[in-house]
Amino acid sequence: MEKSVCKEHEKLYRELDEFIQEVEGDSSALIEVLHKAQQIFGHLPIEVQEHIAEKLNIPVSKVFGVVTFYSLFTMKPRGKYQIKICLGTACYVKGADKLMDRFKEELEIEEGEVTKDGLFSLHAVRCLGACSMAPVVMIGESDFYGRVTPDEVPKIIRNYKNRGGK
Amino acid sequence: MAVSTNTILICAGGACISAGEKSVKQVLEEKLREYALDGVVRVVETGCMGACDLGPIVAVFPEGVYYQKVNTENVKKIVEEHILKGRVVEEMLFEGPQGKIAAEVYEEHPFFKKQVKIATRNLGIIDPMNIDEYIARDGYFALTKVLTEMTPEQVIEVVKKSGLRGRGGAGFPTGLKWEFTRKSQSDKKFVVCNADEGDPGAFMDRSILEGDPHTVLEAMTIAGYAIGGQKGYIYVRAEYPLAIERLKNAINQAREYGFLGENILGTGFSFDIEIRIGAGAFVCGEETALINSIEGKRGQPNVKPPYPAQKGLWGYPTLINNVETFANIPPIIIKGADWFASIGTETSKGTKVFALAGKVKNTGLVEVPMGITLRELIYDIGGGVPNNKKLKAVQTGGPSGGCIPAEYLDTPVDYESLKELGAIMGSGGMIVMDEDTCMVDVAKFFLQFTVDESCGKCTPCREGTRKMLEILEKITRGEGEEEDLEKLEELGKIIIDSSLCGLGQTAPNPVLSTLKYFRDEYEAHVKEKRCPAKVCKDLIRYVIDSEKCVGCTACARVCPVGAISGEVRKAHDIDPEICTRCGSCIEVCRFGAISKVSP
Ligand SMILES: Cc1cc2nc3c(=O)[nH]c(=O)nc-3n(C[C@H](O)[C@H](O)[C@H](O)COP(=O)(O)O)c2cc1C
Ligand code: SF4
Ligand code: SF4
Ligand code: FES
Ligand code: FES
Repeated sequence: MEKSVCKEHEKLYRELDEFIQEVEGDSSALIEVLHKAQQIFGHLPIEVQEHIAEKLNIPVSKVFGVVTFYSLFTMKPRGKYQIKICLGTACYVKGADKLMDRFKEELEIEEGEVTKDGLFSLHAVRCLGACSMAPVVMIGESDFYGRVTPDEVPKIIRNYKNRGGK
Repeated sequence: MAVSTNTILICAGGACISAGEKSVKQVLEEKLREYALDGVVRVVETGCMGACDLGPIVAVFPEGVYYQKVNTENVKKIVEEHILKGRVVEEMLFEGPQGKIAAEVYEEHPFFKKQVKIATRNLGIIDPMNIDEYIARDGYFALTKVLTEMTPEQVIEVVKKSGLRGRGGAGFPTGLKWEFTRKSQSDKKFVVCNADEGDPGAFMDRSILEGDPHTVLEAMTIAGYAIGGQKGYIYVRAEYPLAIERLKNAINQAREYGFLGENILGTGFSFDIEIRIGAGAFVCGEETALINSIEGKRGQPNVKPPYPAQKGLWGYPTLINNVETFANIPPIIIKGADWFASIGTETSKGTKVFALAGKVKNTGLVEVPMGITLRELIYDIGGGVPNNKKLKAVQTGGPSGGCIPAEYLDTPVDYESLKELGAIMGSGGMIVMDEDTCMVDVAKFFLQFTVDESCGKCTPCREGTRKMLEILEKITRGEGEEEDLEKLEELGKIIIDSSLCGLGQTAPNPVLSTLKYFRDEYEAHVKEKRCPAKVCKDLIRYVIDSEKCVGCTACARVCPVGAISGEVRKAHDIDPEICTRCGSCIEVCRFGAISKVSP
């Protein structure tokens, strides 16, 4: 068991190293590398940041500074299903804050947190370009919900719960 | 059967996706396969076609027939009737006030009629993945003309004469910026396209990138020639994966065709473009912060001067323009400066693309000539406010902008007029607000945004906006005092005067403009502890009218916290101590027995 986890990790680091090799020599590569690393690992724990610093030959403090500056980078794991509630202007005017409240209540977490079972995390995002369908919720990278009312929230959550960890 | 030339365009803008575009596309493709048409009829996803509230939208070309509200059922008709039999599916056509609009005259739809499309001329008309379609609509003709017939100085002269101003927010004359960058002495220069689109209620730039990526590449290359640059970068938000994919594809095609790379069109001029991806920081839309971000650093702004035109990327002169600004360049080169300058007003030439949203009937992406009045925009194009509600204000310019009250609806949309009203043109978000919108709450919303996004470099911006937000929160909780309003104004002035970049310098605008036009609403919150629009949770209560309540129990069943009590067929009651003001009960009561009250 232990060993296979290790192997899995090794594979991930190897994938990252290959990417770093591809973009090497480019002084602006840090942000790109971090995007890739987050895509591979799901988040950017300090070990991964140290690894990147070493590979790019820059101080860890610089990597850390960049990670903490940009909101898309996260050092904490996120839920399997990331629930992104649009709090752009159009959605706000159409009551998106009420949706956020309802999701918080139903999942019993705050914005930015992950549910205990690791299934859901809650995020506020800005304009998803679907203002006509406001208020809009996006789950994962491709599931869009438009003109959502707070009442529909429990049902939406249930759909994903039924899918479970799959 | 002349089916082989058909292309079916399906809008994959954000609104259409959230209305179910993906599954419509799937069924469409299955149907085409079923009739063995999948090899001959192409299905292409485009950027936003504009009429977002009618989505998902499907268009059949070359006829140019647009179908609205397509779903997984009626999409089959498009294949079986239109494609196979050549019969237009009448009942699915765009709907106007007088009923369905015949295919040929869909421009008659009020939503399209007053629009003039320059920057968005190709959106929803061409396949953005196919360079040939761009070329067929005069694509890369402007570049060819520039490289073979014009000197860089002549190009700059045309752009100057056109009167084009930056569409990224500040409205700086584009030709002048090009000239400054040209005049900066250096052997290396860069062109940057600002595709960071930070306004949280706007998606014009995204739509242009997704729907017509080549126009940006062509314009950047023209700019490179004009300023004497060799390399371009497009800085795109990571939140726009489709735009990034389309741009990558477009760059490859342009290189293949010899419009990018070494010795373009055999003229000896070389220029190439790369993409850089942001990481979620609003301040990175500011040009000096953006440059830091491209260099792989924290995206904090620098003091100007030096301006990027003098010292930009890696210290070299750099021209930065917005996506929409660039999208205007090829038509200006082809049709001439005088043509462009003939559209718009004295000081604001050409058109502006707006993302029209909020409490308005026809929402979507619109491109209108400068100088059109807000009234025309909102009523003639937007169809007015739905549900017979009264228009209260229009917000432009996002977190840097302001709210314009209904009295000023006849104001022409141009840089100066909007600024005079305490709003700004901004990048193009236009949000309509009705009587149910609380202006204090709106101001709080924008300030929350700035507090989240301040990069923290300047104390007034970092601490001052936080302080303002605290005051607004206090007011919306009903704990405001009369001095608070003056405090807000004072703080606002200090932040404007002492912040380094545009974020801080404009952050107080949403508060100051609402204080100016809706002071009575602030005063109601402060003096009477009342929210006239009945929005601020701490100042409202939900009540059930025992006369109207029939005891159907619908509300009690939907209440998530069990605040509603009452027996079947007897009047119900809400316990204000338990009620969280979620609003669910109002939605389900079919007897109109529940209402919000603010003392
Ligand atoms: C806080 C802040 C955010 C900005 N965000 C954007 C943006 O998202 N897109 C943009 O084009 N310009 C943005 N700008 C304006 C740019 O600094 C710059 O003026 C613009 O890209 C220049 O292009 P233009 O002259 O073609 O408008 C922003 C400015 C500030 C101060
Ligand atoms: S004004 Fe605000 S966002 Fe701009 S540099 Fe200063 S702290 Fe950063
Ligand atoms: S507003 Fe929400 S919490 Fe209050 S009574 Fe109605 S349903 Fe219950
Ligand atoms: S504001 Fe939510 S999609 Fe635009
Ligand atoms: S998103 Fe499809 S028309 Fe705007």
